[in-house]
Amino acid sequence: MSDIDTQRRQFLKTSAGAAAIAIAPGMMLYQTVRADTAAASSKVRWGMLIDTAQCKEGCNDCVTACNKENGLSGKTGATDSQWIRKIEIKDISNGHTVSLPMMCQHCEHPPCVDVCPTQASFKRADGIVLVDRHLCIGCRYCMMACPYKARSFVHETLTDQNPDVPRGKGTVESCSLCVHRIDKGQIPACAEACQNKAILFGDLNDANSEIYKKVRSAATVQIRADLQLNPGVRYQGL
Amino acid sequence: MRLLGSLLLCLCIPAALAAEANAPKLDVGKGGECVKDTQWMRKNHMHMLKHQRNETVRKGVRVEAEAFKACVECHASTSDNSVTAREDSFCVGCHRYAAVKIDCFECHASKRKEALAKKETK
Repeated sequence: MSDIDTQRRQFLKTSAGAAAIAIAPGMMLYQTVRADTAAASSKVRWGMLIDTAQCKEGCNDCVTACNKENGLSGKTGATDSQWIRKIEIKDISNGHTVSLPMMCQHCEHPPCVDVCPTQASFKRADGIVLVDRHLCIGCRYCMMACPYKARSFVHETLTDQNPDVPRGKGTVESCSLCVHRIDKGQIPACAEACQNKAILFGDLNDANSEIYKKVRSAATVQIRADLQLNPGVRYQGL
Repeated sequence: MRLLGSLLLCLCIPAALAAEANAPKLDVGKGGECVKDTQWMRKNHMHMLKHQRNETVRKGVRVEAEAFKACVECHASTSDNSVTAREDSFCVGCHRYAAVKIDCFECHASKRKEALAKKETK
């Protein structure tokens, strides 16, 4: 064998080795061991109890906190996103007024999920109803289906979103129960901001939680209970 | 066999050299290797992002190191805190070179959280 031949053979050997290394990383996909944070558990049912007796008329702290946390503009025009709004209701026979915050009620049987053609609208294992905006096509069928008028459509291009709360044009959004905070062990921004502690957040399935005990000891109602959607948000004093 | 070998070499070497010469010079920010080595990430980051997004959004599994914002946190430019602001920004530079359009940043923040927080307090 000539000198050139050996050299060439040696060269081919090494280049074959290099090729093998180049292919190997692709084959390692998803084989690594990961330390995952726990997935949402179906043993938990997140909910809220709103005490209208404590909710002050004219106070907007929960709305402001929500807007700041989720990067909403705070405007209330027809094309602006509102995740939570304050409502004053009046009994016209006697003039008695009640003030309350209204947002996504996180139903057990959410109509928005039923109608979604792309399965973008979904309920997480722990009862939080969310929009997967990777799948949302912006058809707004869920907005029509929601009896609480809880959802908004993003009409304009957005910039400088909160890194924890991605939002964008052409998709539907609503109260996420501050899911990014819940996953960190915090409570939703509105519940934290309420000075009168009118919003009680907790696990409706946990026998030791305050909300569990209160729901069983005080008279509470679900709004539009006749629809049998079993909302996770309950109201006291209506 | 020899013919095949030399043919392969003829094809590979100029391609490799050309790719190296034209490759975009990126502002990698803090950079470094947090999840996987550079070559693996170049080839597979899109699969990882897509896998992780489904895990996080739908199941609530949050892996800090593989979170989208963790990518931005490390790879945003140290001068303007962004992965998309300039021609040579980390995401934009390479995606323009590869002619692959991404829409991640229509929703996701392209800046470091600290940069956004600063802007808010101004």
